[in-house]
Amino acid sequence: MALVLNDEQTMLRDNARGFLGKNAPIAHLRALRDKRDADGFSRALWKDFVEMGWAGILVPQEYGGLGLGHVEAGVVMEELGRTLTPSPFLSTAVLAATAIARAGTDKQKKNYLSQIVAGDLIATPAVDETAKHHPEKTAMTAARAGNSFKLDGAKTFVIDGHVANLLIVIARSAGKPGDTNGLTLFLVDASATGIRAERTPTVDTHNAARLTFEDVNVSADDVLGKVDAGWNVLEGVLNVGRAAVAAEMVGAGEEAFSRTVAYLRERKQFGRPIGEFQALQHRAAHLYCELEVTRSAVLKALQTLDDSFDRAGAIVSVAKARAGLSATLAVNEAVQMHGGIGMTDEFDIGLFMKRVRVGQELFGDANFHADRLARLNRY
Amino acid sequence: MDNLETFRKETRAWLEANCPAEMRRPVQGEEDACWGGRHPVFQSDAQRLWLERMAEKGWTVPEWAREYGGGGLTRDEAKILRQEMRALGCRPPLTSFGISMLGPALLKYGSEEQKREHLPKITRGEIRWCQGYSEPGAGSDLASLQARAEDKGDQFLVNGSKIWTTYANKADWIFCLVRTDPSAPKHEGISFVLFDMESAGVSTKPITLISGASPFCETFFDDVLVPKANLVGKLNKGWDVAKYLLTHERDMIGGMGSTGDSRSLGQIASETVGTDNGMLADTALRGQIAAYEIDALAFRLTMERVGDMAKVGQAHPAVSSLLKYYGTELNKRRMELLMSAGGSDALEWEGERSREGRTARAWLRSKGNSIEGGTSEIQLNIIAKRILSLPGA
Repeated sequence: MALVLNDEQTMLRDNARGFLGKNAPIAHLRALRDKRDADGFSRALWKDFVEMGWAGILVPQEYGGLGLGHVEAGVVMEELGRTLTPSPFLSTAVLAATAIARAGTDKQKKNYLSQIVAGDLIATPAVDETAKHHPEKTAMTAARAGNSFKLDGAKTFVIDGHVANLLIVIARSAGKPGDTNGLTLFLVDASATGIRAERTPTVDTHNAARLTFEDVNVSADDVLGKVDAGWNVLEGVLNVGRAAVAAEMVGAGEEAFSRTVAYLRERKQFGRPIGEFQALQHRAAHLYCELEVTRSAVLKALQTLDDSFDRAGAIVSVAKARAGLSATLAVNEAVQMHGGIGMTDEFDIGLFMKRVRVGQELFGDANFHADRLARLNRY
Repeated sequence: MDNLETFRKETRAWLEANCPAEMRRPVQGEEDACWGGRHPVFQSDAQRLWLERMAEKGWTVPEWAREYGGGGLTRDEAKILRQEMRALGCRPPLTSFGISMLGPALLKYGSEEQKREHLPKITRGEIRWCQGYSEPGAGSDLASLQARAEDKGDQFLVNGSKIWTTYANKADWIFCLVRTDPSAPKHEGISFVLFDMESAGVSTKPITLISGASPFCETFFDDVLVPKANLVGKLNKGWDVAKYLLTHERDMIGGMGSTGDSRSLGQIASETVGTDNGMLADTALRGQIAAYEIDALAFRLTMERVGDMAKVGQAHPAVSSLLKYYGTELNKRRMELLMSAGGSDALEWEGERSREGRTARAWLRSKGNSIEGGTSEIQLNIIAKRILSLPGA
């Protein structure tokens, strides 16, 4: 497949860019932050997303979705990255929809996917338990009790965790932390007895929560996929999330970069635009190269998820590692090149820095993915 | 689609029948390249045969028109040919600056006579070309070049000298930048001419590099007569041709960097530093190698993406500066990692085990990649000016 967007994908990008630029620019994020919005996102905006079909972008058409691919989901993520728009798109439309569509029974799909498509359900995976991403070290227990399971443990960094209606929880039904066998995915009603959610919004004003599970009863009917064999499904879901966040980082990094280049052209010191100084020109040119090289890897990762889902691991790690690093370079250079004004809360560039820091960490940082690639290549 | 699948089948069958077994072994180094020329040096009969067969098909330059000796293949067919050659491990039949640099410039700027005269000989490997660009006083500031071509009626009289002329001592012809109007601003008085290296007054002197090899020469022109018919493009407009050709040179250098060792960095390092639970015992080196491999894969995909963008008219004309800058810096990083992974083995300069210091020599050679064809700093200048539109660049 050619490494360029096709006509339909380009149209989707243009539409998304037009819509978000008009309806959810950075002022939208600021307004949510400044009024300490209880949801952390705009339900009215999410309704618009639902009407455009975005909530069901990855949901197969037979369940009412658009049935589009990961490239298309990535196109939307990239535009959300440009405007730093908070929304349940990542948690619900990308991660939860993927998990249910790939591992659910027909009944589960009919029930949950149709609700996601209709905008009636916010759903999110609950994976991490420690400050660094180590899904195989999952310790939360799922103990069998008759025809159900009891969940005990704690999750952290759960996106939209305090507003989600449905949690997709990875827990250990066998084995010990570190084993990839013995993990099971559960579809858990977020209002179930024994679940406590503490909202912990992150530095970028996006949603996250810590969840504790105490004797939470889950029916065996709510197992997603097979008992003890949840690892492969989880890896697939995480790969989709990693590629999606990488696309978002491409958007955020490029937007920060283009604002910086514009500033280099207009800001004058010593009687001339600072963009005339070679010290800054070379750094800007280098950054341009890094972002372009990253874009290639991210597009390839998204295409690979569409073409050969089970073989996407290596390229997804390449994309996520690169996206985290080059977007980080972009925002660091952006603040430095903007000088004092880049340090002010009033100016937008710092908001990019905050979001990129979170994106770098989500589903494994560059070191995690370098290690993963080294393991895949056996060294 | 059916036609392409038929083409693929036929191509594979032809390659299997015609590519000698010796020409399917991995290239070990620069000495395995076949350069052709008036006085060709073939390593083996197989190498000669492989060149002859491929040239006969026009597949030394598959995308050039048949009338110029090419294969007349479409982009998609040429891609299939490359894929099938890779699948069978076929070596390139011919390495040639005529193909990679002069050809594209002649196709764009040359007269019909020039194309018919020179392109077929390039495709058959009959004439080996070299590039006369840099001068002792004109490196990064190439446009300040001083070699002069005076108007002598039907001919130019060329005097001056060039430096870093790759394989000038082995080349048959040169494509050369000369100053034809000393009074004009520096970019506007340059012309692009072609001449025979056997012309009276041409001499060359190889330069020994830190790697011990001598791929470059000093080249001297002392009252060399060049027919005016050998001017490419318009008089005093050679800078346009030069810039166009440089983008092709940059693409080529950006994609360079084989040491002939098919093992991955991780494998090489596993043998020298050892492993611990299947992971490299030197964890810092392991991290550096993984970081390199991430960037290297992303860069390969970028070359592919730039090609795909070019097909649909989306590639920026200055994108070759990105490829040249990034590719050469990446290659230097790889060579440093190979030296680190190789330890003292990689330091051996002589001896059979190191194959006469192959790693050390390749490492030293790589340092020139970010200098030749426009330094990394020049590429960054070009990106700042032409792609980012930064002021005063």
